[in-house]
Amino acid sequence: MVRSLLPTMLQFLLHGLTVLLLPPLLPGLIAKTKAVMAGRKGPPVFQLYYDLAKLARKQAVFSRTTTWVFLAGPVGGVAAGLAASCLVPFGHTPAPISFEGDVILFAYLFGLARFLTILSALDTGSSFEGMGAAREATFSALAEPALFLGFAALAKATSSLSLGTMLAFPGSLTARFTGPLILVFAGWAIVYLAENSRIPVDDPNTHLELTMIHEVMVLDHSGRPFALVLYGASLKLLVLGALILTPALPRAPQAWQNWLVFYAALGLLAVGVGLVESAMARFRMTKVPQFLVAGVLATGFAFLLLLV
Amino acid sequence: MRLYLLAILAAAASGVPGLFLRRKGGEVAAGLLGLAAVLGLWASLQVLSGGPGGSFGLRTASLGLPGLLVLDPLAAFFTIPVLLLSVSGAIYSLGYWEGRRGNTPALRLVYGLLVASLVMLVTASHALTFLLAWEGMAIAAFLLVMAEDREIETRRAGWIYLVATHTGTLFLFAAFALLAKIHGHSGFSALPAGLAASREGTALFWLFLLGFGFKAGILPLHFWLPPAHAAAPSHVSALMSGVLLKMGILGLVRFLSWVPDPPIWWGGVLVALGALSGILGVAFALGQHDLKRLLAYHSIENIGIILLGLGLGTLGKATGHPVMQVLGFAGALLHVINHSLFKGLLFLSAGSVLHTTGTRDLERLGGLGQRMPWTAGAFLAGSWAICGLPPLNGFVSEWLIYLGAFRGLGLGRQGWPVVILLSLALIGALALACFAKAFGGVFLGLPRTDGAAQAQEAPRSMLLPMGLLALACVGIGVAPVLIAPALGRVTEIMAPGAGTTLSSLAGLPLISGVAVVLGLLAFLFWWWIRPVQPAADLPTWDCGYAAPDARMQYTASSFADGLVWGLRWALRPRVRFPRVVGWFPRPTRYESHVPDPVLDRAAAPALRLSIRGASQLRVFQGGELPVYLLYVLLTLLVLLVWMVA
Repeated sequence: MVRSLLPTMLQFLLHGLTVLLLPPLLPGLIAKTKAVMAGRKGPPVFQLYYDLAKLARKQAVFSRTTTWVFLAGPVGGVAAGLAASCLVPFGHTPAPISFEGDVILFAYLFGLARFLTILSALDTGSSFEGMGAAREATFSALAEPALFLGFAALAKATSSLSLGTMLAFPGSLTARFTGPLILVFAGWAIVYLAENSRIPVDDPNTHLELTMIHEVMVLDHSGRPFALVLYGASLKLLVLGALILTPALPRAPQAWQNWLVFYAALGLLAVGVGLVESAMARFRMTKVPQFLVAGVLATGFAFLLLLV
Repeated sequence: MRLYLLAILAAAASGVPGLFLRRKGGEVAAGLLGLAAVLGLWASLQVLSGGPGGSFGLRTASLGLPGLLVLDPLAAFFTIPVLLLSVSGAIYSLGYWEGRRGNTPALRLVYGLLVASLVMLVTASHALTFLLAWEGMAIAAFLLVMAEDREIETRRAGWIYLVATHTGTLFLFAAFALLAKIHGHSGFSALPAGLAASREGTALFWLFLLGFGFKAGILPLHFWLPPAHAAAPSHVSALMSGVLLKMGILGLVRFLSWVPDPPIWWGGVLVALGALSGILGVAFALGQHDLKRLLAYHSIENIGIILLGLGLGTLGKATGHPVMQVLGFAGALLHVINHSLFKGLLFLSAGSVLHTTGTRDLERLGGLGQRMPWTAGAFLAGSWAICGLPPLNGFVSEWLIYLGAFRGLGLGRQGWPVVILLSLALIGALALACFAKAFGGVFLGLPRTDGAAQAQEAPRSMLLPMGLLALACVGIGVAPVLIAPALGRVTEIMAPGAGTTLSSLAGLPLISGVAVVLGLLAFLFWWWIRPVQPAADLPTWDCGYAAPDARMQYTASSFADGLVWGLRWALRPRVRFPRVVGWFPRPTRYESHVPDPVLDRAAAPALRLSIRGASQLRVFQGGELPVYLLYVLLTLLVLLVWMVA
């Protein structure tokens, strides 16, 4: 009992440490990739860690318009992200909490984070933030069906409803599942870019507030609340990354090998996002829904293929 | 059952003392309703915890009937929201309505009668008592909707409601007549096996669906619902939306519980109607400017979710898939209670806003969060729950339906479960957008009018019922295990083996676990970022605008504009764009409305047509007595000839 319990506890500890410490590295990797592609030197990979440390020491500024809801956005975003991270397996390692139907809780925790972020943006009474909030609400209504169709396809393929078994099915890249799996991955990649506000849906580095989505919602946050916002965004990169990567990862016999595979895949994902951002421009706002519908179609076809 | 009958009497009599008392009539009424609630809930909880129910009937034993009123687990389950919401509404009306209008005593009397009819209706187990209570409820609700009949909007809403509810009752009369023909008596009992597939079974299904569909507000029979809910006093809106609509669902649930072998297509019809009501309900809500109309459209959406669950359960029953059956019915039944709680909460908090600002128009509100923090908190709790976000109660019932639908995916090539999944996902995302719009428009940002700027917090008598309902929402959401046994016992009526299936769900306790983790983390982070020193008086930065103004804020309509535009094929918004002419254009205006297509394009023309048709018959009604006597004579003659021949 003890012999089997100890490694599991260690794994959970590693899971927690990964969630707490690793996320800020991902935006750094993306930025570095973009810089290298553009022939620049770029900020250091650990830039976000420095930023967070600086923000944690700074005093926050609050507008007289705001109420406690203004703080609920950053707090809820990080708390829901961390709670969701307990449900998702990191590659072929077990998730700390798993039960039948946790996949729904996982999706709705991100809904909760989005709801509170939108409300805290509206709390400022700023027109720009209202604009960003409206876009976030609109586009996520299209991303949600894609996410759930992907879940439906995986649930159908694995006859399971728990993220742990749904995502990490044992090396079953048989001919029957390859096609649907690629389609799910393609659809979820679109969801990933949209949910994390990356190019081509949103441009985190733009200098025009009128065209932003996520960044414009947090214009008025500063100090520690802003540190939470930044950390929460990077956490989302990690947790949703684990969701879309896990089905595609090969299974290794040893636990440490699985962890290594996962970290490597995560790094590759960040570099991949950087490459997409270097190669593409942001879509016009009116094009974004079409892009998201493509995600719905991809996951929808994946599900249909599994029915046949 | 004796306690329960006392509860009915107490509720019916609650408004009577107020007719004679000069003062404190409202307190007495609330007290009597409170007594009714204690008695009724006590009796219900006994039944739900496994105790024996009871029946009440007039010499029914000799007729071999089960009784006129029977308190079975289903009745006990539906009693909970009825009484909770009634007593909350009665307490709320003390601060909201008392002393505001001359018709207060009458309103109290009718309110008590409505509650009594509702409580009687849930236990009715004979066509006679059922229809009696049904009509009592419909007429009492009509009188309550007409409380402010000086306004033309209210009168119009009241009449549309009256016509719709009686059209529904007409179908119910037909359905119960057919049922009596099948059974040979009018008591409620299970249908024989094999009947559902016959032509009589099909007729029963459609008649009940139409009759109860009008009351539940299933699309496209919902057209009476938004105007009536908007026009009624807010505590009545809460009761109507939270409980009255559910009586339609109760009827459907009772009917489905009688059928041992429903055909698959019944489930398909229920799921299709559920998806339609759910998605279009929330879509129409997005287009509204009136806070109470918006909430009313959300009731249609939630009825859709309940129908998705019922459809899922029926599919499970038809295909012999027990888990799908249990999860579908359990989710639908739990959502009935959940929706009562959070929708009651939302209507009461909307009433507080209306009470202090005098407007329901989202574009004239804003910034109320600073002025009425408790009401804002209550509305936020209701929004949180209605969007199905964890860890509140809306999530638990939707989770059960999701789970059942996911399980149903493994069932051959059935397409319906994936329809349920997609509808729920889409409804969830759209509801989130809609409540961000509503909460943001009313409570956040800057006040858009002087009325909103001078708003004041509601009195304690209005905050207390809101607090109770909010607590119930949080309680069910954080600890769903507590209600699982009762839910299992009710679902047992629809699906055998429900209790064991529900208690074996590992998710229920673990949802509580995740809720606790979430709460702890949130507290921790809040502690870390809490403002430690009094904040300097600074404006919103807003990219450097020196003096941000309420008119620069994003409006609620703008917030929803993208989605309304995306859904314009269904919503058909009427937009009047401003015309800007010349070098120095004059002031101009922009308008956009989302009218109800069923009311404007189908129901209203149909009514006009039937009135025109009926006015043709006026020739026979000249108002002269000799002519009428002539009709009697002629009829008798015709009958005589017919009988002789």
